[in-house]
Formats: sequence, C-alpha cells, structure tokens
Amino acid sequence: MSVFSEVPQAAPVAVFKLSQDFSNDQFPQKVNLGVGAYRTDEGQPWVLPVVKKVEKIIVHDDGLNHEYLPILGLPEFRSSASKIALGDDSPAIQENRVGAVQCLGGTGALKMGAEFLRRFYNGNNNTKTPVYVSAPTWENHNAVFTNAGFEDVRPYKYWDAEKRGLDLAGFLGDLESCPEHSIFVLHACAHNPTGTDPTQDQWMQIADVMMRRKLFVFFDSAYQGFASGSLEKDAWAVRYFVSMGFEMFCAQSFSKNFGLYNERVGNLTVVARDADNLKRIMSQMEKIVRTTWSNPPSQGARIVAITLNSPELFTEWKDNVKTMADRVLLMRAQLRTKLQALGTPGTWDHITEQIGMFSFTGLNPKQVEFMVKEKHIYLMASGRINMCGLTTKNINYVAESIHEAVTSVQ
Amino acid sequence: MSEPGSSPDERGVNQNGDPGGKLSVSGSTHTPAESPETRLLSAFKTDGHARKVYLAGREYYSEEGKTFELRLVGKIKQQLSSDPTLRPEYPPSLGLTEFTRRATEAALGRSSHAVMENRVFGVQTPGFTAAVRLGAELLKHCFDDSATWCGPVYLSSPCDDSLAGIFQAAGIQDIRKYYYWDDRRRGVCLEKLLQDLERAPEQSVVLSASGHYPTGADLSQRQWSVITQLITRRRLFPFLLLPAQALCYGDLERDGWPVQYCASQGMELLCAQSFSHCFGLYGEAVGHLLCVSKQSSLRLSVQSQADKTVRSLWAEPSAQGAHVVATVLCNPAHLVEWEGDVKHIVERCMLIRFILKERLRLLGTPGCWDHLTQQRGLYCCTGLNGQQVEFLSTWRHIYLLPGGCLNISAINGRNLDYITESMHLALTTSL
Repeated sequence: MSVFSEVPQAAPVAVFKLSQDFSNDQFPQKVNLGVGAYRTDEGQPWVLPVVKKVEKIIVHDDGLNHEYLPILGLPEFRSSASKIALGDDSPAIQENRVGAVQCLGGTGALKMGAEFLRRFYNGNNNTKTPVYVSAPTWENHNAVFTNAGFEDVRPYKYWDAEKRGLDLAGFLGDLESCPEHSIFVLHACAHNPTGTDPTQDQWMQIADVMMRRKLFVFFDSAYQGFASGSLEKDAWAVRYFVSMGFEMFCAQSFSKNFGLYNERVGNLTVVARDADNLKRIMSQMEKIVRTTWSNPPSQGARIVAITLNSPELFTEWKDNVKTMADRVLLMRAQLRTKLQALGTPGTWDHITEQIGMFSFTGLNPKQVEFMVKEKHIYLMASGRINMCGLTTKNINYVAESIHEAVTSVQ
Repeated sequence: MSEPGSSPDERGVNQNGDPGGKLSVSGSTHTPAESPETRLLSAFKTDGHARKVYLAGREYYSEEGKTFELRLVGKIKQQLSSDPTLRPEYPPSLGLTEFTRRATEAALGRSSHAVMENRVFGVQTPGFTAAVRLGAELLKHCFDDSATWCGPVYLSSPCDDSLAGIFQAAGIQDIRKYYYWDDRRRGVCLEKLLQDLERAPEQSVVLSASGHYPTGADLSQRQWSVITQLITRRRLFPFLLLPAQALCYGDLERDGWPVQYCASQGMELLCAQSFSHCFGLYGEAVGHLLCVSKQSSLRLSVQSQADKTVRSLWAEPSAQGAHVVATVLCNPAHLVEWEGDVKHIVERCMLIRFILKERLRLLGTPGCWDHLTQQRGLYCCTGLNGQQVEFLSTWRHIYLLPGGCLNISAINGRNLDYITESMHLALTTSL
C-alpha cells in the first residue's frame, strides 16, 4: 500500500504546455508567442553584454567568499536592488525604514511576502484576510498566496475586454467595497498579461482609496526598465506609493531586466513604518527564509550587485535594458502598422498603447485555436502574446495570420 | 537537547488584539528567539579573546580555517562562463535533467531496480533546506489531500534544530523525537530507538540521516536492517537525509548506502541531498529531493504535484551550481579529479579525529574517546555535557554546539593544542 496512492495528477501549467507543444511542432514557420522571456531579432535568448562581462569578473576573482550567503542574502545586492526600486534619494531609505530579502526570483519574493503577511498581518495567522489579484493576472499569483495559507484569493476588476483597456471604475469600485485591510497585489508596470498600466493620474486615485480604506499594498515588479526603457519611469507607481506613506512590500524580479532567468534573482523590498518596526519585521523574515531555502544562491545576486554598484557597469546595463525595451517597442509599432495596412477589422491601437513584454491582442479562444492549430503560431488561450517572440522575419506571417483569424473565424 | 517546538514568539506578535491591518509587528513583542546557532555565532563574534575558536559552523573548513572552492569547481565555472551553448532561460521547475539524473544515481546507485522500473523521480532544489521543505509539502499533500494530516514526524534526538521549523512551515505541526544519541554510551542506542519507533503511529514520517548532523554517529548496516524491518512492519514512512553526501567515505554512492538499502527492500521513501559540502558550493544552493514510490503509475502523479508545489515556492531552481555538479559527474576525468579532492577532505577529517583522540589520551583526560574515531564525516559529538560546553565558551572562548557537538574540520594545526588542553580542563575541573 503506497502513501502516494491518493495523489491526483496535477494539471499541467498552460504556458509550459504551450512551449512543449511548440517544441514538438515540425512546421518550419512556427512561431512561439507564449513564454515570457526576451528573444533577440534572431529569436534567440540574449545574454546581456554587461552580464557576460561581470560573469568573467566573478569567475576570475580569487578573493571571492565561498561560504553560505547570509539568510537574508547578499547585503550589497539587497541594498542596491531596493535602491533601484525606490530611488537613490528615497526618504524611506534615508529614514532607515527600508529592508530587503534576497529571494529565489520574483516568485520567491512573492512567497516570502505572502508567508509573512499570513503570519503577521491583520492579526495572527489570519488566513481569512482577502487577497486580491487583478482579473486577469499572472497565473502563479493565485498559487503562491493560496499555498502560503490564504483561504480567500479573489479577483479585482482590471481589464475591460470591450474597451480593450483598464476598467478603472471597476477597479476603484472593488477598492471601495472590499473588506478593510484586504491585501492587493499590484503590478508596478507592464501588467502581465494585458500590458495595460494605470496612468499616473489613475495611480493617484487608486492610492487615495487604498490609503483611506487601509488596504495593504503589495507590488509585483518584474519588468522595471524593461517596460519603457527607463528605470525611473517604470518605478513611478512604486515610488509614488512610498511617498504617500504606505507600509508596503515590493517583490522585484531581475530575471527579465538582467536576462538572469536561470539564476533566480529576486528581492523583496519592505517599506516599514519606522526603523524599529523594520527590525522586527526582518527578524521574522529571517525565520521564514530559514524554513524555506535557508541560504539563497549567490551567482545571480553577485552579478546584479556588481553591476548596480559600479557606475560604468550600471550605465552599460541601462543601455542593454533599453536595447531590449526598444526592440519590443519596434515590434509593437510594426505589428500595429501591418495590421492596419492589411485592413484587419477592429482597432489595433492597443498594441502600441500597451507596454512591456505582453499584449492582449483581443483574439477570442476560437481565433487563438485557429492560430495555434492552423498557423502554428503559439499564443495563450487568453489572446496574450509575447512581443519578444516577434522578429523582423516572422512579423509578416504573424500579421497575416492574425488577419486571417479575425476575418475567417468568429 | 532543546526541544524544537512552535515558537511562542510567533503567537505573540499581535497579542494586544489589535485588529488593525498594520504591518507593524506590534509594539509589545520582542524580536523572536534566535536559533541557538545564531546566538552562539553572535557571542563568538563579540568575543574579543585572541585565541577564540568557533567549532559550531556547518561548512567544511580547510587547514587555513577558510571555506574554499575546489580548484576543479573554479575551472569548470570558468569553462561554463565562456560556453556559448548555455542559454539564459528559465530552467525546468524540477531542475536540470542531467543534474537530477546524476543526483539520483548518486543516491540510488547505477543499477537501481527502482530506477529501472521507473518508480523514481528527482527534483533539483535551491539547497538542502529547500529539499526538506519540498518533501514536507509533498507529504502533507500526499497523506491527505483535503487537508488535515499534520504529522507526526519523528526527528532524531539530537538533530538539526532547523528541521522542526521546516515541517511546521509546511503545515505539519506534530513533531516528535526518537531516541538516538546516548550520552553515556557515546553512540547510538538502538534499543531505545526501536522502542520509540515501535510506539509511533502508522504513517508517521521518520527522518534519518547519514553523515548525521550534529553527532556524526551513523547507524551501522546491521542497525539499518533492523530499523527498516520495523519501519516496514509499522507502516512508517522513511525520509532520509544526506546533508553532506560523500564526506563520510569520500564516495557519493557509498555514503548513500542506506538509501540504496531501503530502496532494495522495496520501500517508498524521500531523500534530501546536498552537494554544497562535497563540491564547496555553499553559495550556490545545490540540493536534490529524491522520491521513490512503490509503483511507476504513481510516480507521474506525485511528480506533477511536486511540480505544482515548486511553482508556489520558488518556481524554478538556480542553474549554475547544478551545472557544475552535472559537469563533474558526467565526465570521467573530472570525476577522478573530484574524487581525489573529496578523499583529501575525508582523510583530513579522519586524521583530525585520530589526533584529537590521541592527544586526549596523552593528556590523561578521563573517559573513553573511541567514539571520536568511530564517527565519520564533518561532525562529531564529543560527549561533553552542558556545563562543560559552557565552561569552554565562557572560560576558554571555544564554541561548541550546546549538546557538545562540533565541526571537526574547524580544528587545525594552529588551534589543536589549545582545544585539547581546554577539553582536558573542562573534564577535570570540578564545575
């Protein structure tokens, strides 16, 4: 009799199944617009030149410490990573109320934050505190908070499918009507999967309500720099909320903007009320880390720390990031232009109005199925495409296929 | 030994009944009880004595008193950094296939029936703790999917004091101890161990290690045979720990003998492995969780659950460390060089044990010290009691773990005399 007899088969994760199907497809013009990773115009992953440089520095450094990293991670990584999000001159940093935990990627940072909140926020072990994630959102948000013990993970209105834009009224409505002290997971920029962010003005409205209704701010920042090409611009919302005086978390990922997908570099930035509270929060964080992975891996954090702390390397990195952001912007512009030139029914402005890696095309499930089965173009059932999957070589094929899908499939 | 239990501090965080959704860990709390290890390390760091020695660390220390990277590892990292075929992509959530294949082989051996019958899978994890955590989450899920199985889990007494917390973090609250180290006999007491396990409820999970931390006292093959019979008869579930695989015998497979034995007896098991120590890859968090099930049809569903669980913990593990390990284990020339390095580490540890025992004998230190050389690996339980341990830290500035265990590799040519004299003092001074 096996301990494992009752274990049900877990459903495969859609986006990875998509990649699998893509891999198995023999069609020569196949295109993968599924997985969220950057690709060059040759359709290849890109090791940032600055990362290559820094890797060599590390590998040739004889004085490197080979011990376990401290539980909370590499100190020079944590401080520089938080500075990137909050700004060098952040008053919160100067007031010593900002702490950080190095984590296994953005997922790890969300996990640590979720575990802390479940234990210590809104009472002790209050698993009934509602956690709101946007509708739609990155599919893993749900799993992370649920696995951390929260029983009530709900959607807040976000995407207006008809208008193909932000449903601000719905969003504000949910903020007004939710239970006080609810936790809200906000996308700092380049919303995944819609690519649609609130404007600065809209963020200010959101912040107002959240402050008044005592809601908890948990930012997910996976695309800083990658979205607009500017680190400051992409961090505007996070910095604004900090300036409003919120206590908040920001889960940062350096997978995309450093191309360090495989080294799992994340940071949970904690903005506390004051230094004393911060101290206590961090001591509890340490306990939580200790029972999850104990000591994080050093390679990725070292690369980021060395880069961010050296003026020349930092400049070079910003340049590399802009290269990626610019290519995405170019593909957006070209796709929109081509669809308009083809006279594809509907409006396609949203392709250039949206920002970041992803675009919600507006294709319905039948049309998506057509794209996948008939045209061997792989995208998510939601109609989400990864702009990085587009290249100058395949963009015509993709545009034509979208045209065909929209005109022949209802 | 201090009993790990749920920390009172966690309960006390918001005691004033403050309903406020404040993040503020409330004003009335103090910072949580630090682990004994953390306190010890702080005490050592603030100690200003010139001859202070820290013997409670986890890593392997060289003769120079430093953790270091194997030269081979440094070479391979250089190679990997100029390898154009390595792509910066998300690794699979269960880890690099070549790594898990080799790690599985390292635990089960190359001709394992369980592997050939497709009843085994492995998951690369960011370190040993993460492997234990994943195993705990899987068990919680497997024993009772809808929810409330919460133990018991039996840990050896003593054990790594972070283990209880890991299971509790996974939602398994009922943690118990089974008798393991006997102070008087300075070794494992099998009879009492068996008594404790005999009383364990069915479906209890039993953790057992090779290269036992912190005592260094391992079970003999005969003892394993007796214990596994009990485990099978009482329907207990074995969760094996290999925190420093290869550092007992200088050989991955040999150190993994208990795992091979259990598998050969047809048992299901989990096994957490770490490659940090034997590769000097502490900073790279290279761990592995092995799962052996009774039927191959079950393997797939458990694997899919593991995948799902990983996604809500860390999504994917980090690549570099696993690449290094896989590169070494796949390449015969590298393997030979690596085995040479590991043998050197193992021999040095054995030598220190012999010298320590010999010095104590020469000093006429009371007591029997055979256990020092009967134990293997990095860690050693001296048999010193709490008072003697405190004497050492307070008066001699030598820091052992509270139970009298120490890290053998932290003893070297420069501090050996001081340490043995101090131990002698601790055992002969009336306290």
